[in-house]
Amino acid sequence: VVEGLALLDLGVSPYSGAIFHETPLIIYLFHFLIEYAELVFMITDVLTAVALYLAIQDFNKVVFKKQKLLIELDKYAPDVAELIRTPMEMHYIPLKVALFYLLNPYTVMSCVAKSTCAINNTVIAFFILATIKGSAFLSAVFLALATYQSLYPLTLFAPALLYLLQRQFIPIKLKSKSFWLYSMQYASLYLCSLVVIICLSFFLLNSWDFIPSVYGFILSVPDLTPNIGLFWYFFAEMFEHFSLFFVCVFQINVFFYTIPLAIKLKEHPVFFMFVQIAIISIFKSYPTVGDIALYMAFLPVWSHLYRFLRNIFILSCVLIVCSLLFPVLWHLWIYAGSANSNFYYAITLTFNIGQILLISDYFYAFLRREYYLTHGLHLTRQDGTEPMLVLK
Amino acid sequence: MGLLSDPHCRRALSRLVLRLNTPLCLLSYLLGLGWFLALPLPPLAPRTYMSENAMGSTMVEETFGMGERALSYAREFAGHKKKAGGMPVAWLERTMWSLGLEVHRQPFTLTLPFPDETRERYMVKGTNVYGILRAPRASSTEALVLSVPCSPGTQNNQALGLMLALAAHFRGQIYWAKDIIFLVNEHDLLGMEAWLEAYHDINLTEVQSSGALGRAGAIQAAISLELSSDVVTSLDVGVEGLNGQLPNLDLLNLFHAFCQKNGLLCTIQGKLPRPEGDSLPAYAHSLQTLLLMVLAQASGRPRGDHGLFLRYRIEAITLRGINSFRQYKYDLTTLGKTLEGMFRKLNNLLERLHQSYFFYLLPSLSRFVSIGLYMPAFGFLILVLILKALDLWMKLSKGETGNAERLWDGDHGVREVEPRPGLLALVPPLVVCHAAGLALYFLPVLGQHVATQHFPVSEAEAVVLTLIAIYVAGMALPHNAHRALSGGGSDRGWMVLKLVALLYLALQLGCLALLNFSLGFILAATMVPAAAAVTPNGPRVLLGVLLVLGTPAVTLLLTIFLQRELEEAPAGLGEGWQLFLGALGEGLLQHHLYGSILYPFLALGAHPCWLLLWNVLCWK
Repeated sequence: VVEGLALLDLGVSPYSGAIFHETPLIIYLFHFLIEYAELVFMITDVLTAVALYLAIQDFNKVVFKKQKLLIELDKYAPDVAELIRTPMEMHYIPLKVALFYLLNPYTVMSCVAKSTCAINNTVIAFFILATIKGSAFLSAVFLALATYQSLYPLTLFAPALLYLLQRQFIPIKLKSKSFWLYSMQYASLYLCSLVVIICLSFFLLNSWDFIPSVYGFILSVPDLTPNIGLFWYFFAEMFEHFSLFFVCVFQINVFFYTIPLAIKLKEHPVFFMFVQIAIISIFKSYPTVGDIALYMAFLPVWSHLYRFLRNIFILSCVLIVCSLLFPVLWHLWIYAGSANSNFYYAITLTFNIGQILLISDYFYAFLRREYYLTHGLHLTRQDGTEPMLVLK
Repeated sequence: MGLLSDPHCRRALSRLVLRLNTPLCLLSYLLGLGWFLALPLPPLAPRTYMSENAMGSTMVEETFGMGERALSYAREFAGHKKKAGGMPVAWLERTMWSLGLEVHRQPFTLTLPFPDETRERYMVKGTNVYGILRAPRASSTEALVLSVPCSPGTQNNQALGLMLALAAHFRGQIYWAKDIIFLVNEHDLLGMEAWLEAYHDINLTEVQSSGALGRAGAIQAAISLELSSDVVTSLDVGVEGLNGQLPNLDLLNLFHAFCQKNGLLCTIQGKLPRPEGDSLPAYAHSLQTLLLMVLAQASGRPRGDHGLFLRYRIEAITLRGINSFRQYKYDLTTLGKTLEGMFRKLNNLLERLHQSYFFYLLPSLSRFVSIGLYMPAFGFLILVLILKALDLWMKLSKGETGNAERLWDGDHGVREVEPRPGLLALVPPLVVCHAAGLALYFLPVLGQHVATQHFPVSEAEAVVLTLIAIYVAGMALPHNAHRALSGGGSDRGWMVLKLVALLYLALQLGCLALLNFSLGFILAATMVPAAAAVTPNGPRVLLGVLLVLGTPAVTLLLTIFLQRELEEAPAGLGEGWQLFLGALGEGLLQHHLYGSILYPFLALGAHPCWLLLWNVLCWK
């Protein structure tokens, strides 16, 4: 950002150097705020935490209302009393979410490093707040802003749409006219705001330079500086003529999970949003620990799933160990020269596997709870023995 | 993934971990130790081989013959050194200039954090003198270093003489592609650190040096020479560097190859090589050499002046000439030929040494154990901690649901609501233990002046005694803070604390083993049994003794005795205690002077962990 600002001051396009890959709005934001950079990042973190707090507060109310409705409609099996959530246990969850975000070592590291990921997190947090409050317009605007910043929040369109449809009590049937009408409305709001923001950026800098620099950079992954993501090692080892194919495969991998998840989790759009944010932060081309901090902030919301989680101990150990081994192996590779990139990538792989297993564990626990709610807690087979629940 | 998600498999695994926990832990520990003891055996310790292509053969024509000239330089240097009462800077500069080298001097000053009693210095002022032999037909992009420490008294005179003779010989050759820097550093490691920092233009320690530094490009390799006699019976090589970092194995292979070519007897760890064989004495000898290397690497002390080069990715070794009672002696000409051969081969390098191993253990000079073969020993030791942690976790989860068998897949049954202490009960012990660690790290050096005012001890003694006092005081801290919080006195409380302590220990030892395997292994071997076994419900005295034996300070004391035993110079109790105190002071100094990680790791990492375990023992 500093280099971009320097180039801008010289009157040259900031994208002519190879380092600056942020959007024009960011560069104009920092044009005025560069002296107060530390303060800016602290304020963005606080804003994110506040947004998450308000969002989860509202979400809890929605969850409780829905639960009450389903109990009255007799949708739940008779013996699931212990699975029902009470307002007492949900009282402190918004505070826990805010604290989880603020006190997470990853967030602190991002803030100290002054990574622009913090700004992305703030925009996504406001988008979540707007969606949960039910304001389609604000939700579309923030989503457009988030997509404009880094391409991947595009996939959050689906969970936001599902949530707003649910809120408007529009059933999700492909033949329903109101479904298509609302979807078109939301999509057009989103696309229009995106177009407006992009055109605004064009007029700020008077060139379309930023599109290949920002989006082309995210999609084609030219810079292979090691990070905690999965891309750099593969593309460093690969032959040139295969790289296009693999870039496409890797990028499709990020967007691909939206459709199956949308089909399975259409009744639970906020959980879908959580899983989608997690998938983005694991599989995006340049992940940072700030992205991880954002989805981890949501974990207290699903604390009622704790009894169904199967591998939480091993996974948390793996994540903590890998986070601590990252700097050790980086030191051994870059400074001591005794290790090489394979050591560091091994830790990257383990860390990402740990994250993926964490998300799938939560997914399994969520579905299991839903199954128990509708089918009862004490299940017996036909011959009276205890059955086994298997995720298929 | 199937292993973790298949319910049958999970149940079987959890039953295995719960029922067979103690036997599995014991087995794993014994396997770890047994694996380590089996390392010197031939299947695990293959022969060394040269990996770098450019240094393949020893086919060079060595023409060094100036042994007598070396001796005369040595005598001149001895005379001038005595006259100057330190380093004869002017004479060195003049001599190097007359040899045709580009001479530079580098004065430096440094104040130690507290006086160093073993070497009797506190405010150090010295000068490094070095001469650069510019390669005649190459641009000065790469360099090699031959360094000789300028020691007080009559030590290392012959080393300097040999260095000057080599410089004279090298000056007449035309095949040099890299510049050669002939360095004479004063105050051994301090001078070397000052020179390296000035050469690389960074500020790691507080040494201040002045003067524009003549540079010769990136240093590819360095050899430090120590020689105090006119003839030698063997040449000993020192490999261990600061923080246990080792040079590339190829440099050692080069040394071994050239010694063999010139018929020079070479040794490692000061032990004469034993003829290969499958006999028990041969195995014992290899094991002794291996253990000596492990102990040296664990201490994190550089074996010679070369140890500080490794941090800058410069491969370096120290060659020490030993004159013992053996009959066959080698003169300086043979040594000079060996060094010339090594330098010619290093001259051939196209890139930095990176082909061979950076992590290895040496049971002898011709055999090595690579990281892939010695890490499983450590892995088995850490497995003990992991098994115990899993066992505790399962017991804790079982306590939550109150249902023994159908734990993992069924959450049936009535939930027993126990007063859970929660994670808040863990905070006082953690805070107290880490505060003790911080006190152990900061107070000795900061409080030395206060201590000398109140007690009749010198500063160095004050520092060491404060260290010991804080260490022992940590054990006597009142650990009953947990009773203040509700539910803290229950069984769950100490199980959660032990779980955290075990994981913390495993994490620290794992990170440490990657940086310095020997230290990690020794700490694991001593702390793991105590950590796994400790419980407030068992035989308190026995467990207390086991835990005290596992504490890092006692490990240090025992390893000092072991090292002296292995060097065939066993130390008595009094002498051992003095060495122990000296080692404590040395550790502190090394941290402040060169950035050694042993002291901060033990004070801020291992000691709080050990205090947590002590907390668990004294839970009731």
